[in-house]
Amino acid sequence: MVEALFWPALLGYGEAAFAYASARTSRLATWGVRLGFVAQTLLLAVQAERAGGFPWWSFAGSLNLFVWLIVGAYLIWGCRPRYRLLGLAVMPFAAALFVVAGLGGAAHSAGHPDYGSVFLVLHVGFVLAAFAGFTLAAALAGLYLWEERRLKRRAPDILRLRLPPLASLERLTRRTVLVSLPLLTLGLAAGLGRLAHEHESLDALEVVTLATWGVYGGIAALHPTGRRAAWLAIGGFALVVVARLALAGSHFA
Amino acid sequence: MTFLLVGLSHHVAPVELRERVTLDTAAAAGLARSLGDAVCLSTCNRTELYLAGGSEEEAAAALEAIAGEPLDGVLYRLHEDAAAQHLFRVAAGLDSLVPGEGEILGQVRDAYEAVTPGPVLDHVFRQALGVGKRVRTETAIGESPASVSSAAAALAAQVFGDLAGRRVLLVGAGRIGELAAANLASRGAEIAFVANRTEETARELAHRFGGTPLRLDELSAHLGDVDVVVSSTSAPEPVLRADEIPARRRTPLFFIDIAVPRDLDPEIAKLGGCFLYDIDDLEAVVAETLSGRRAEAARAEELVAEETERFRSWRASLDVVPAIASLRALAEQIRSAELAKVRVSDDERRTLESVTAQILNKLLHLPTVRMKEAAVSADGAVYADAVRHLFGLDDE
Repeated sequence: MVEALFWPALLGYGEAAFAYASARTSRLATWGVRLGFVAQTLLLAVQAERAGGFPWWSFAGSLNLFVWLIVGAYLIWGCRPRYRLLGLAVMPFAAALFVVAGLGGAAHSAGHPDYGSVFLVLHVGFVLAAFAGFTLAAALAGLYLWEERRLKRRAPDILRLRLPPLASLERLTRRTVLVSLPLLTLGLAAGLGRLAHEHESLDALEVVTLATWGVYGGIAALHPTGRRAAWLAIGGFALVVVARLALAGSHFA
Repeated sequence: MTFLLVGLSHHVAPVELRERVTLDTAAAAGLARSLGDAVCLSTCNRTELYLAGGSEEEAAAALEAIAGEPLDGVLYRLHEDAAAQHLFRVAAGLDSLVPGEGEILGQVRDAYEAVTPGPVLDHVFRQALGVGKRVRTETAIGESPASVSSAAAALAAQVFGDLAGRRVLLVGAGRIGELAAANLASRGAEIAFVANRTEETARELAHRFGGTPLRLDELSAHLGDVDVVVSSTSAPEPVLRADEIPARRRTPLFFIDIAVPRDLDPEIAKLGGCFLYDIDDLEAVVAETLSGRRAEAARAEELVAEETERFRSWRASLDVVPAIASLRALAEQIRSAELAKVRVSDDERRTLESVTAQILNKLLHLPTVRMKEAAVSADGAVYADAVRHLFGLDDE
C-alpha cells in the first residue's frame, strides 16, 4: 500500500519538471514540488518505520533519499518567482533520478541492512545530503553562467526574463557549498573509519568521492569568484554524477 | 446623481494646449470646488474633471476659460461606467504615454485628497486607487524600466543585486548620464567620483552628488575603487581604453556608455568580469521591456474590466437602497406603534421588542436580498418602484 505513495510524488515532480518552463505555470510547478515532496516524505517515513532503522542503504533506496534531499534543499528558497529557472534545472534532474530509483525498486520497503543505523545515517545520510547540496550549487552555478553570458551579450530581454542578480547567484552557490562540504567530510570520515576498521581498500566510488571533496574543498579554501567559481562548482557536480550514477551500483552491492 | 467626466489628454490635445490647462494641485482643487461635488486631475498629460451630479456644460466652459479658446473636438465627455472605466485605466497607468508608469497613481491620490468629495466620487476614487495598486501587484506592468537611465540602473542591479554601498564613477556632464547616476544613487549607490574635461564642472557635479572631482586623465587610476562607470561626455575620442582597465578584479565592473560618439572602448566588453552597455544596447533593453509592459497591459485591462463591472453593480445597487430603507423604516414604525398600544410589564415589553424585531428582520431579509440581486442585474429600478407602490412608500 505504501508503494502507492511513490506515484503522487513522481506525478508532482514530473509536473514541476515541465511546468517550470513557463512563467504562467510556474506557480503550478511549485505546488507540484510541494505536493510531491509531501508524498515522498510520507513514503520515506513509512519505510523508516517499517524497517525500524535506516532503510536506504541499497542503490535504489539511496537514490530515493537523494532525490528527497535535493528537492528539500531546493524547497528552502527555490520557490521564489525569480528562481523559477532554478526549478527548471533541478526538477527534471530530480524527477529523472526518482524514475531510476523507482525502477530499482525504491518504492518497496527494504530488508535489514548489514550495518547499524548510526553508521548509515552518518555515512550514507551525510554523503547524500552533501551531494544534494552540491547538486543545488551546480544548478545555481549554471544559472550564473547563463545570466553572465546574457549580460555579456547584452541580450535585450535581460530585464524581461529576469533571473536573480549575478552577485546573489554567486553568494548562494558559495554558501551552499560551504554548508554541504562539512556534511561530506563527516560522511567520508565515517566511511573511511569503517574501511580502516575492516582493513579494506578504497573502491572507485570512494576515490571519486575523495576527488569531489578535493574540488569543493578547493572552492571553500581558495574562494574563487565569477565564472571560475561557477565552473568549479559544475566540475565538482560532474564528479557527483559519476559517483552517484556510474559507480554507486558496485559500492552498494 | 450622474457621475461624469469632462477632460482632455495627450491622446487628443497637443502639448501647446495641454500646458495651458495644466493646473497645480491647489488650483485644480479650487476649480473642482467651484463646480460643486468634483475632483480635478491635472498632470502634464491630462486635465480631467470628474463630477457627481454637476453640469457637464459648466465643466467644459471652465476648461475652455482656462485654455482661452473653445475646446470643441478636443474635450471628451464620458458618463457612469465609461467614466469609471477611464479613471481606472488612468490610475492603472494604462492611459499613460508609457504603459504602467507609476507616477500617475500618486497624482490621482493627490487630486482625490485635495478636495472633500461626496459619496459617489469618494467611492469611485477609492476604487480607482485600489485598481492602481492591484494592477501593479498582480501584473508585472510596472516592474521593468521605461527609460534609458532607469534601465542602466536596473542592469547594474542585475549584476550587483543590492546597490547599497556600490561606488559609481560618473564621467562627463551629459543629461542622461546625470539621470543614470541619480537613478543609481536612488537605489543606494554612492557617486564616489565625478570626472569632467573642465575642473569647474567636475567640482560642481561632485558637490551635487557628494563625490570627489577628478580630471579625465585620472580615470584609470580610480577604476579599482569603483563598481560602476557611467560615461556621457562629448569627447570625439574614447576616454577609456580596454588596456587601462585593471586586470584580475574580484568583483565585476559595469560600464554604461551613454555618449555619442562612444566614450568607452568597445573592447572593454571582451574583458573578463567587465560588462559594457552603450546607448543602443540600453535602448534595445528599454524597447524590449516596453513590449513586455504592453503584454502585461492586456492582463491589466482584464482587471480594469472586472473593477468596472463592480462599479456598475455598486451604482445599480444604489437604485434600490432608498426603497429598502423606506420599507424598513415603515415596518419599524408600524412595529413601534403597535407595541405602544400594549400594556405589559417591563420584562414582557423587552421580550416583545426582541420577538417582533426578529420577526421583522426575518420577514424583510429575503425581499432585501432579492432587491439587491435585482439591482445588480439591472432590474433594480423596477423592483424599487414595485415596492414603493405596494407599500405606499411614496405616499408618506
